[in-house]
Amino acid sequence: MTKHIVVDPISRIEGQLRIEAIVDDSNTITEAYSAGTMFRGIEIILRGRDPRDAGLLAMRICGVCTGVHYWTSARAVENAFGVRLTKNARLVRNLIEGSLFVHDHPVHFYQLHALDFVDIVSALSANPKKAVDVAYRYTNAPYNASEATYRTVQAKLQSLVKTGSLGIFGNGYWGNPSYLLTPEENLVAVSHYLDTLAIQRTAAKLMAILGGKNPHPQSIVVGGVTCVEDIQNPARLAQFGQYLREVTQFVQGAYLPDVLMAGKAYAKEGLAGVGKGLGNYLCYGGFPLNDTPGGAELFSGGMVLNGDLSKVYPFDQSAVREDVTHSWYQGNAALHPYQGETVPDYTGLDRRNGIAYLKVDGKYSWLKSPTHEDHRVEVGPLARLIVNYAAGNPTVRQAVDGVLKMGGFPPSVLFSTIGRTAARCIETVIIASAMAGWLDQLQRNTAAGDLSTWTSFDFDTVSKDAEGYGLAEVPRGSLAHWVRIKEGRIDNYQVIAPTTWNAAPRDGHGRPGAYEAALVGVKLAKPDEPLEILRTIHSFDPCLACSVHLVDARGRELGDYEVIPAGGLRQV
Amino acid sequence: MNVDRRALFAGQMGPRSVPVSSDVDRSKRREYRERLRELEAEEPLSGLDLRGLLKEHGIGRRAFLQWVSATTAMLTLPPLFEPMVAKAAAVMNRVPVIWIEGQSCRGNSEAFLRSAAPTVDELIFETISLEYHQMIMAAAGLQADARKQQAIKANYGKYILVVEGAIPTGYGGGFSTTGAAGTPFIDEVKQVSRGAAVVIAVGACATSGALPAADPNPTEALSTQEVIGDRPIVNIPACPFNPVNFVGTLLQFTLTGQIPPLDSQLRPRWAFGALIHDNCERRAHFDAGEYVQEWGDAGAKNNFCLYKMGCKGPMTSNNCGTVLYNERTSWPIGAGHGCIGCSEVNFWDRYAQERPLAATNVNAPGLFGWGVENSADKFGLGLLTLVGAGIAAHAVASGVAHYRGRARHPTMAPTEPPPGPPPPPDSSPQESERQGGEVS
Repeated sequence: MTKHIVVDPISRIEGQLRIEAIVDDSNTITEAYSAGTMFRGIEIILRGRDPRDAGLLAMRICGVCTGVHYWTSARAVENAFGVRLTKNARLVRNLIEGSLFVHDHPVHFYQLHALDFVDIVSALSANPKKAVDVAYRYTNAPYNASEATYRTVQAKLQSLVKTGSLGIFGNGYWGNPSYLLTPEENLVAVSHYLDTLAIQRTAAKLMAILGGKNPHPQSIVVGGVTCVEDIQNPARLAQFGQYLREVTQFVQGAYLPDVLMAGKAYAKEGLAGVGKGLGNYLCYGGFPLNDTPGGAELFSGGMVLNGDLSKVYPFDQSAVREDVTHSWYQGNAALHPYQGETVPDYTGLDRRNGIAYLKVDGKYSWLKSPTHEDHRVEVGPLARLIVNYAAGNPTVRQAVDGVLKMGGFPPSVLFSTIGRTAARCIETVIIASAMAGWLDQLQRNTAAGDLSTWTSFDFDTVSKDAEGYGLAEVPRGSLAHWVRIKEGRIDNYQVIAPTTWNAAPRDGHGRPGAYEAALVGVKLAKPDEPLEILRTIHSFDPCLACSVHLVDARGRELGDYEVIPAGGLRQV
Repeated sequence: MNVDRRALFAGQMGPRSVPVSSDVDRSKRREYRERLRELEAEEPLSGLDLRGLLKEHGIGRRAFLQWVSATTAMLTLPPLFEPMVAKAAAVMNRVPVIWIEGQSCRGNSEAFLRSAAPTVDELIFETISLEYHQMIMAAAGLQADARKQQAIKANYGKYILVVEGAIPTGYGGGFSTTGAAGTPFIDEVKQVSRGAAVVIAVGACATSGALPAADPNPTEALSTQEVIGDRPIVNIPACPFNPVNFVGTLLQFTLTGQIPPLDSQLRPRWAFGALIHDNCERRAHFDAGEYVQEWGDAGAKNNFCLYKMGCKGPMTSNNCGTVLYNERTSWPIGAGHGCIGCSEVNFWDRYAQERPLAATNVNAPGLFGWGVENSADKFGLGLLTLVGAGIAAHAVASGVAHYRGRARHPTMAPTEPPPGPPPPPDSSPQESERQGGEVS
């Protein structure tokens, strides 16, 4: 007999997400549906404002991948105005963007994702001495590994358990058979879970040095950056280098070995392709390496289809369409974001026995379904690595091959839930190392006397009638902003966030989104404990605040709609 | 729903008091001591103690005491209270916290993870008994829902409710829902606040609606104080909040069992009592008439005043300039960008522009609609005029607020304890939601 499982809230993510899944007799998922449950209408709010202020406001789309909408918005407006950045501005932005990656990826792995692999309670029965050996298995220099450290961690956990209140660990799925790590491995990971809480503060300081604060930095303006004081101070940049080294040490000594450890334990699933999903991967390209627009990038853009690494298709922003067949908007034409002309069309949910269900045959999500060249694709760290691996990007090839070799895995292991998680870590290593290079360039450039941080432009002229787009690779995948400007004001604003690509509902051809596809074939050890669903969904690092804010600026006013009595029905 | 914000805030001044002055009487200290003794007698909820953590992190007694005296000063308490602040920090794990989120970007949760100097603040985060927080908790789905209900039941009347994010009312509250039953956030806020000792609204969105409520407020979003009428509320605004201000408020609640003295917008006075402009590191340049005129110009390279680049420090009350962010690493003005007024009501429509107000076409009127800054700007930055007028506006607004606050909330005067919570209901308020998420 099939079962219909509703998981809401999906915790340990950014934003509010609901997953519904149909499972068969063997508790294997046959169908899955994903929907966001929070909406703010930020594009509507942006309309009519000064494009120079859009970034500050757009940034508030998300506080977890903080800043991504800030610089992408600035890039879109700069594209519309035809403004080119100075060398310093490009390097500073690369460093600010990079500091988000080295902060966000470890925090995602430990605080948001690790508890899908790591059984906190099992760590209590570990032998701390043996745990030290485990810590040395994948690295010669494990982070903060000693018997004393592990004993302290155990004592901390023990005191939590003794009080009967596990705090944030309460009601977890401890003891579930799909936890595969040994007690010692669990202990090492839990210890790093706690270490991350400290190291992420250091990582955040990277962004704060050049951005003023974190979350929500405040040093980017259309045309450049404002942090002149910080880049002309050698001590400040040296401090940046020091924090970067500390974070890199953590990535090398804790994050990478722990991912390899999890990879080893879940290798069978990985090789079987559990959580593979669509198999189509898209990357816009990000982190410009020189000052010419359209020049080389750390990650180049492209698309790989059906996991076929022998062919890379080019990425073209004009080939992006948004389909609304299963989204709460009128119509079913797939339109480019500049032409997006959707009108909200809320069709509600089914309510039975106090539970609300998505009407999956019709419209069931606020997310639109984006396509590229009419393909449904996945974006994110795995997509970036696969596209660049296939394209022969030497930096990516070297990093991916190196890590696969360390774990003794074939490349096919990447096409899975655990592969997605590993890709995020490999990418952190790549970016941390690139950041050291950018910092060096910035130090040399400012030492040589170049302190230019801003390109001037005549706002009144360039903002009369303009349109532009900004593309970026951000922690959760590929992000794009499209902006239309008339008489110095925003006429239309559209965002397609990474999670829009990944968490989208089915499209007009009935093809599932990336989450929906990845969940099919995932087997639950216990259907009342959605641990495996969490593991696969978390491997994408969902960011719902980013994705669920889309309403076309020319759509009907939402206030015109029927108001449903509070609690009577839910709007996903 | 059209909310007249001006009317709203004029009538919603809430609890107010005079700040604790140096002649604090003995009875107050006795009262605090009594409160701490009571808390000490309770079982710690998280089992983590501050003393152990300090030791573990290699923070000596001396450094801790330095932090205590800095914090005591920050809370505008006389040095006499230092021992009690130290004790309050140590027993904070007796105060359970439930943290819920609506229309937010989770920036405050992130800031909460980040914390700032002094280092002890971040350790305190490890000692708070955080019973429910979607972003970091292990449980999901039904298990998460159940966790929240357990926490409410076990700590009824004692817990601190933290609200992050605005509260949408459009579509029957459907723009933000949670749980198997798809409970609108507005209902969740009302239900969970019923058993809360105090409600702390964190970040701009929860304190004033901010971004979701910015013109044209498409989801009809409200702030926490517009939704909860019967519980004491403290607002810790800014986008996102400075964790120092959150810790200070928790400390003060632990210490006194009461909410700290608040200003007209329910912000703790110790944190939001001064304008950014008053403590700005670039103030001397303002006084000398030295301004950045264009991004990256010679003025920018010399750290001149950012007023002409749209800095709203003269209109914004916050302590960013003195406590800074990310362990005193920097702050927006330090990074060469003006203040956007993020701790002020309706700042997206009033202040968040990179130009001075006179040069900005702002549709929305100011909170009090007096256009003080406009006229001052036209007078060409007459510095005393501007600052004087700003201060006068602030003072008058506070005065009005004070008067109304007294008149409308006589029971919320700080000398009296906050009204006790109503008794727990016989059945859990969300009984219907706990019926399970799995249907064959």
